[in-house]
Amino acid sequence: MRDAPRRLGAALTAAALALTACGSEDTGPDTDAGVAEGDLTGRLTVFAAASLTDVFEELAEEFEARDPGAEVVFNFAGSGELATQINSGAPADVFAAADTSTMDQVVEGEGLAGEWVAEHGEGGAIFATNTMEIAVPPGNPAGIEDLDDLAADGVSVAFCAEEVPCGTATLTVLEAAGLDVTPVTYEENVRAVLTKVELGEVDAGLVYVTDVDAAGTAVTGISFPEADEVVNDYPIAVPAGAPRPALAAAWIDLVLSETGASVLTGAGFGTP
Amino acid sequence: MNRSGSRSGSATHGVMRVGSGRPPWPLILPALVGVAFLVLPLVGLVVRAPWPDMGRRITEPEVLAALWLSLSTATVSTVLCLVFGVPLAWLLARTEFPGRRFVRALVTVPLVIPPVVGGVALLLVLGRNGLVGRYLDAWFGLTIPFTSLAVVLAQVFVAMPFLVISVEGALRGADRRYEEAAATLGAGRVTVFARVTLPMVLPGVGAGAILCWARALGEFGATITFAGNFPGTTQTMPLAVYMALQSDPEAAIVLSLVLLLVSLAVLATLREKWVNA
Amino acid sequence: MPVLSADLCLSRGDFTLDVALSVAPGEVLALLGPNGAGKSSALRALAGLIPLTGGHVRLDGDDHTRTPVERRPIGMVFQDYLLFQHMSALDNVAFGPRCQGLSKADARARAAALLDHMDLAGYARSRPRDLSGGQAQRVALARALAVRPRLLLLDEPMAALDVGTRDHVRGRLRHLLEEFDGATVLVTHDPLDAMVLADRIAVIENGRVVQQGPPAEVARRPRTPYVARLVGLNLFHGRAEGTVVTLSGGARVEVHEAYDGPALVAFPPRAVALYPERPRGGPRNVWPLEVDGVERFGDQVRVRLTGPLDLAADISPAALAELGLARGGTVWAGVKAAEVECYPG
Repeated sequence: MRDAPRRLGAALTAAALALTACGSEDTGPDTDAGVAEGDLTGRLTVFAAASLTDVFEELAEEFEARDPGAEVVFNFAGSGELATQINSGAPADVFAAADTSTMDQVVEGEGLAGEWVAEHGEGGAIFATNTMEIAVPPGNPAGIEDLDDLAADGVSVAFCAEEVPCGTATLTVLEAAGLDVTPVTYEENVRAVLTKVELGEVDAGLVYVTDVDAAGTAVTGISFPEADEVVNDYPIAVPAGAPRPALAAAWIDLVLSETGASVLTGAGFGTP
Repeated sequence: MNRSGSRSGSATHGVMRVGSGRPPWPLILPALVGVAFLVLPLVGLVVRAPWPDMGRRITEPEVLAALWLSLSTATVSTVLCLVFGVPLAWLLARTEFPGRRFVRALVTVPLVIPPVVGGVALLLVLGRNGLVGRYLDAWFGLTIPFTSLAVVLAQVFVAMPFLVISVEGALRGADRRYEEAAATLGAGRVTVFARVTLPMVLPGVGAGAILCWARALGEFGATITFAGNFPGTTQTMPLAVYMALQSDPEAAIVLSLVLLLVSLAVLATLREKWVNA
Repeated sequence: MPVLSADLCLSRGDFTLDVALSVAPGEVLALLGPNGAGKSSALRALAGLIPLTGGHVRLDGDDHTRTPVERRPIGMVFQDYLLFQHMSALDNVAFGPRCQGLSKADARARAAALLDHMDLAGYARSRPRDLSGGQAQRVALARALAVRPRLLLLDEPMAALDVGTRDHVRGRLRHLLEEFDGATVLVTHDPLDAMVLADRIAVIENGRVVQQGPPAEVARRPRTPYVARLVGLNLFHGRAEGTVVTLSGGARVEVHEAYDGPALVAFPPRAVALYPERPRGGPRNVWPLEVDGVERFGDQVRVRLTGPLDLAADISPAALAELGLARGGTVWAGVKAAEVECYPG
């Protein structure tokens, strides 16, 4: 019974591939020309990590402007949640994760679209990188200056839970620095860490640079040298059950293009 | 009805229990749909559960810690709801005061607002920089967020309406003449309440407490927002389930089943006790 | 000195109650009246369950007008007895003494003694729902008496009982009430309850006492049509001059005792004889009347008559057949002067 949606997805994929085979063949990975051909229409469903919200919405405007027949709809959530949804048969055309391990879940579960993998390789294409920063409330009440300060007595810290990508990154950062810090809470996602920092409930939190940028003046970011050792890669790919793989490929091309890179950089992301 | 005609038909009717009768199908059909709708997700969990290593998974210390935290905080929350909710229900049901209708509407607020918003609201009031919390911190060095107390407070916030509404309904339905009878026997208002009113509305209090406990046990949004997520102190079962869902969906299913079975066992035991009492 | 002396004034909307009561030690006063007459309100006011708008309540000379209900020296038996369902009969009775500060053991001992006295020792551990109506009534009485009240209040004590058991239970209740040395006020709408249980009856209509006296007097000399109907008498207002009373409708009634002034005249329906024609000799009071209705009344037939005066006559079915009465027919009614009660009106 649970295979039914997957089989349906596979059938849809096959049909979509047959219909759009010509279009996707002409699409070069780094040329914007391929995207602008105008024969790509329909609704594109993008599953993306919540941290990509602003960037992807900006890119969607660009995408739809170039191709008035296309419409981009998003499902922003935690990467792990998205992976579970896709593996349960959710009709995602594109999956953009905040780390490679969640992409691996999809690779092992639902799998990636064969044609796309043939061009871009297993595990998806890395389109952005992110590094960590310490976020403190405005005015920095605990006087945090570097990573070591998080381990001091009386300093309350919020981390991401290790089950989510930013938590994995946090662990790696602390390991690299040789620090043992016990936070007061392991938050479900980066946003939740930021909320606790913004409200001053904790003295500091470890989040991504992009999150500090997005939070504006609500928090202050403090960078630290150890962050460079843990660069988080954002992979993007077309899942096997994608209803519109040609549109999906076009979207990924846009993300990987110069335009995509500049929007990502503007939001604080690094590019590979 | 069948080939043998009306005589056997009426005989069949004669055998059927008088009074209860056969429920009409316009009731049965939606009822069956309702049951299916409630039970099928459960079936989904059971079918997908990794049964072979179930035993090992449910005895992991983290699971046991989360389960214990859930059961103990839900129980403490229920007690607090009783302590504060029953008198509140009494005031709403038995007294007239300006703004009573408004207060009654306020009681249902936690039912309406998303629990996450409730958690934020609790942070804004009881957080370290909150309206009240800042004084607790400054005067007593007491910070509530990220403690088990915060878990309890979040649960009380979302579960209290169930108790208050249930008890208030019971109080409104109770025959007040018994209270008058108690008064003529020399009982003051407190005695009347404790020895006559409360025993009369006990079924309502019990039902309210069970609803309250169940709601507290399943509480997620307000807890993770207000109390955070730390194994052993604030990570209750629903939080553990949610976290597991991020990386290991099978573990999430296991945890959900454990939570479900334990709560069903507790509720069934309570029910048994009360029915037999 | 009376145990209870009260002047109860209550006004609620367009209903006003104004009743003065006085009850001696050991005396049972019945408040008798139709529904809505205010008798239950009077009882509740005595208990302190509703506040008076005027007047006073004194018990043994002490003013209790403002005393809260739980501190009044009263005991009350409610209409449905209102035994606490979650307590045994014993604990129901011990409830009052406990509230008065007795230890649990002492309260239970007092309760057990009372139950024993009421032949309920075997039911001490029973739940109220397992008791019969009569047993529940006695437990309720024991509960009310357990606080050693000076004023005992009973609200329709017989209303919750089956008709079949009433006579027995009523007799038993009378016996138990006789032992109580304080004042007893009971409310009922049933004249039989009032006649059997009370030493004195106060009839309340529209918030006022319209007649007060011993049961026999009330039964013999009703003062209002309501009371006359309750006790089953024909009652007329009139003016007496010697042994002749001229009724307000103009009819004349001869009585056997002379009196002058406004008077009430009463005689029972069974004292009325009916004749097809004006009788020769026979009773001195005879009137030609029209048949208004005929109905069965026990083993008799009650004939309602209208004309110069409205009255009821009870005759045997055989007499009815002989007379061949039908609605609208005319008949002569006669009453002997000796059967007619005449008293100041």
